[in-house]
Amino acid sequence: MAELMPLPDAVAELVSDGDSVALEGFTHLIPFEAGHEIIRQGRRELELIRMTPDLLYDQMIGMGVVRRLVFSYGGNPGVGGLHRFRDAIENGWPRAVEIEEHSHAGMANRYAAGAAHMPCAIMRGYVGTDLMAHTTVAPITCPFTGETLTAVPALRPDVAVVHAQEADRDGNVQLWGIPGVQKEAVLAAQRSLVTVERIVDELELKPGGVVIPEWVITAVAQAPGGSRPSYSLGITDRDNDFYKFWDKMSRDREQFTEWMNENVLGKEASRT
Amino acid sequence: MTATTTEVTAGEVQTIVAARRLRHTKTVFIGVGRPSTAALLARMVHNPELILVYESGTIGAKPFRIPLSIGDGELAETADSIVSVPEMFNYWIGAGRIDVAFLGAAQIDRHANLNSTVIGDYARPKTRLPGAGGAPEIAASCGEVIVIAPHAKRTFVEKLDFVTTVGHGDGPGARERLGFRGRGPTAVITDLGVLEPESASCELVLTQIHPGVEVDKVREETGWELRVAEDLKTTEPPTDEELAKLRELLDR
Repeated sequence: MAELMPLPDAVAELVSDGDSVALEGFTHLIPFEAGHEIIRQGRRELELIRMTPDLLYDQMIGMGVVRRLVFSYGGNPGVGGLHRFRDAIENGWPRAVEIEEHSHAGMANRYAAGAAHMPCAIMRGYVGTDLMAHTTVAPITCPFTGETLTAVPALRPDVAVVHAQEADRDGNVQLWGIPGVQKEAVLAAQRSLVTVERIVDELELKPGGVVIPEWVITAVAQAPGGSRPSYSLGITDRDNDFYKFWDKMSRDREQFTEWMNENVLGKEASRT
Repeated sequence: MTATTTEVTAGEVQTIVAARRLRHTKTVFIGVGRPSTAALLARMVHNPELILVYESGTIGAKPFRIPLSIGDGELAETADSIVSVPEMFNYWIGAGRIDVAFLGAAQIDRHANLNSTVIGDYARPKTRLPGAGGAPEIAASCGEVIVIAPHAKRTFVEKLDFVTTVGHGDGPGARERLGFRGRGPTAVITDLGVLEPESASCELVLTQIHPGVEVDKVREETGWELRVAEDLKTTEPPTDEELAKLRELLDR
């Protein structure tokens, strides 16, 4: 049963040092504000899970929050690489980060298995690649056809954090546009936090909208603009210029630290 | 026509050649950058019915502008259908419903295998690249793969530092042994020409060269002993329409 609470309280209650946390949102609806609150509260030693680390995990890695990273594509979409992600893996700055990497298909199936409370998912993939030797997957024989397939282990994060356009006062959530793996992440996790652009009296169902009922969500927090510089379709636009700016600015450790101090540590989450 | 074609850049030719490949294609899977530009151009010039599929889950997107990311709002707003990521990979890509996939890579070898993971050692990389994304399963299951890459020696290498995505593996029969259902890479389109796998060996050979490019230049920029097809063709120069539409698209 979802509890509506201010974002700082939700993060304090749900996310502890050392937890495995999946902040999801595939290009769209990335929960930046919640991630920033995790940084502000000084969480450490997190295992962060996310298909596309994007700028948010670049920031969290650069701030030393992350012990281990599970991912499938660590780039700045359409722009280039992620410099803090690279610096951590190539040079161990500000700390070494252990990695476990997969393909998108693998990660998507791992979340789906987690949501189904299955131990693994079965798919065609990974074979012939060097990824096989560097990640956790295993061959499995189909008992019906004899075909060799690939099993990937279920993801069961301690906490899933996602952003959506709206929730009602009971905490039922609706998101629309690109749905990514948010529903799977929420259902796979032990606890979940959904930040929303707005709280409404009643959800007005959208065509293609995904509704997540309040009884599978732990906490809902209002965070208007909380997906910026990603976006919440119909409410905010993706700030493509910021993604390009990040590519230039974040190359330098000092500039990065200064930017984070000013724009993340130096700010407070709204308590609405 | 000559007046405009002399000003054409190598990158423009590369995009235009990639767009031409989609003349008779029903569905194309695209990432961002040049592949996206080529697919949008194909819709404008050759194939208005072409269905664009992005891994963000947008099927049949009809963006007016070239999107920066694979999940820009305009893709969602113009799509025929939007699906979740697990559905995209399992029901659409994995099931083999997409005809052509455009892929890029930091390194490519003579059998069109791709590296987008690391340069150097995996544990202590010289350059950490973004990683696999959707590429391995896209390349395994889509009808065919067209690779789009800049032609340079550091990209066209004798041996990959990491096999992220299998093209033709170690040669003939490799894809069948691995159980892949798609045909794999059918062309590599660069800013110098087009390489295609020879059917007997699955080795990439130069089959087409862009106007004004010397074969020696292509050899020089290829990290293995590049073979040249006996019937090497010269790329038909961009038409006024192709060029005008491409530039209009880039200006939007």
